[in-house]
Amino acid sequence: MRRAFFAILRRDLALATRAGGGGELALVFFLTLVVLVPFALGPDLNLLSRIGPAILWLGALLATLIGLDRLFQGDEEDGSLDLIRASVLPLELAVLAKGLAHWLTTGLPLALCAPLLGLLVALPAEAMLPVAATLLAGTPALSFIGATGAALTASLKRGGLIVPVLVAPLTVPVLIFGVSASNSALGGTIPFLTPFLILCALSLAAIVIGTIAAAAALRQAD
Amino acid sequence: MASLTELANPTRFMRYSAVLLPWFAGAALVLLALGFYLAWFVAPADYQQGETIRIMFVHVPAAWLALMFYTMMAVSALGTLVWRHPLADVAQKAAAPIGAAFSLICLITGAFWGKPMWGTYWVWDARLTSVLVLFLIYLGIIALWRTLDEPSRAGRAVAILTLVGFVNVPIIKFSVDWWNTLHQPASVFRMGGPTIDASMLQPLLILAVGFTLLALALHLVAMRAEIMRRRVRTLTIFEAERLDRLAAQGAAA
Repeated sequence: MRRAFFAILRRDLALATRAGGGGELALVFFLTLVVLVPFALGPDLNLLSRIGPAILWLGALLATLIGLDRLFQGDEEDGSLDLIRASVLPLELAVLAKGLAHWLTTGLPLALCAPLLGLLVALPAEAMLPVAATLLAGTPALSFIGATGAALTASLKRGGLIVPVLVAPLTVPVLIFGVSASNSALGGTIPFLTPFLILCALSLAAIVIGTIAAAAALRQAD
Repeated sequence: MASLTELANPTRFMRYSAVLLPWFAGAALVLLALGFYLAWFVAPADYQQGETIRIMFVHVPAAWLALMFYTMMAVSALGTLVWRHPLADVAQKAAAPIGAAFSLICLITGAFWGKPMWGTYWVWDARLTSVLVLFLIYLGIIALWRTLDEPSRAGRAVAILTLVGFVNVPIIKFSVDWWNTLHQPASVFRMGGPTIDASMLQPLLILAVGFTLLALALHLVAMRAEIMRRRVRTLTIFEAERLDRLAAQGAAA
């Protein structure tokens, strides 16, 4: 069972790194979004540094959501999803492996790149690490809430915008606590740890709920 | 529970609902007429908010129904997934646009009230924001219904989404409250005034019951329409298969 779990994980990581269109595209999209914001707001560095954490979080959220519709669609098309359904590995664990692979190739690189992109929006040095930490803790929630949406639309030929539309309202709490934890590192009345711990809790809950719901959705689509 | 099992037969449901529908619609009509009469002509204007208080008579029932219909959809979702009740996904599909409409009414009437009272159509108040997110969830659910073709499969997919949303709604409410107190003191916009007077409470309650009956009548109509739509769909498929067979026989002969 453990071998099957790691086999799916390894396969998805290999696909993401070799087949293209996966994680690195999300990174490029993230970069593009962060670059677009100053064009819309004007090059005022004071303003940009004040809303810097919000820009980075919004960019990471959109970059995660946009590519999500492919999470199960490819497997549904080439039939590997049927094999996964038929295997001894519980579908929940298979979804966990796929969600984990998605996070490792999307959320993790986004979080690691966030400090670099923070330079573009004049993020103060003391906020770099907290922003990266909140993204590290918060992006698993995005991947797994998104996995539910992706599983619901796995069999659709024309997915496209439906997954972000379904998933975005459910990510409101993650966005709120991610940004407020980052902002509290910049100063303010609330300590960093309060929203950060709630963010961690949201991520853990999303991993459980998202995995179960996505597995249920994949079973129903059978 | 026994009556719910009995209703699992769509034909029986059609028969019962045909009997119930005029009563629901009639009672809704009477109560709404009475309630609106009281609200417009009898209830006094508020000493602080003036005539704008009358917006509340629509706003509050709409908010309550928006929440009630989501709860109903979550229960129907359980019915679809756990008990496989054949009418549960019909009920769920029929409820989504009604709930969305009431949350939209709630938002719009709130905006009309907000303009004279707060000086702006929209503020990012915690409650307003929560209803807006609820409205977005409704739209997502309707969008998913429209993208999946096969009704029973769409029903199960939407049921999962509804339940995930149902778990999330309290979390969203809590986090929006937190976010709001962080940004601005909510107390400015609270109507910290006197508890509601009987002259206003009475029409409000009558209208609340009236709107609820209206919503239930609409729900019954929508459910009946959906059952008919599925029958037409099945008959069309049968007919297409029959023609297909005939064509095959003709080709063989």
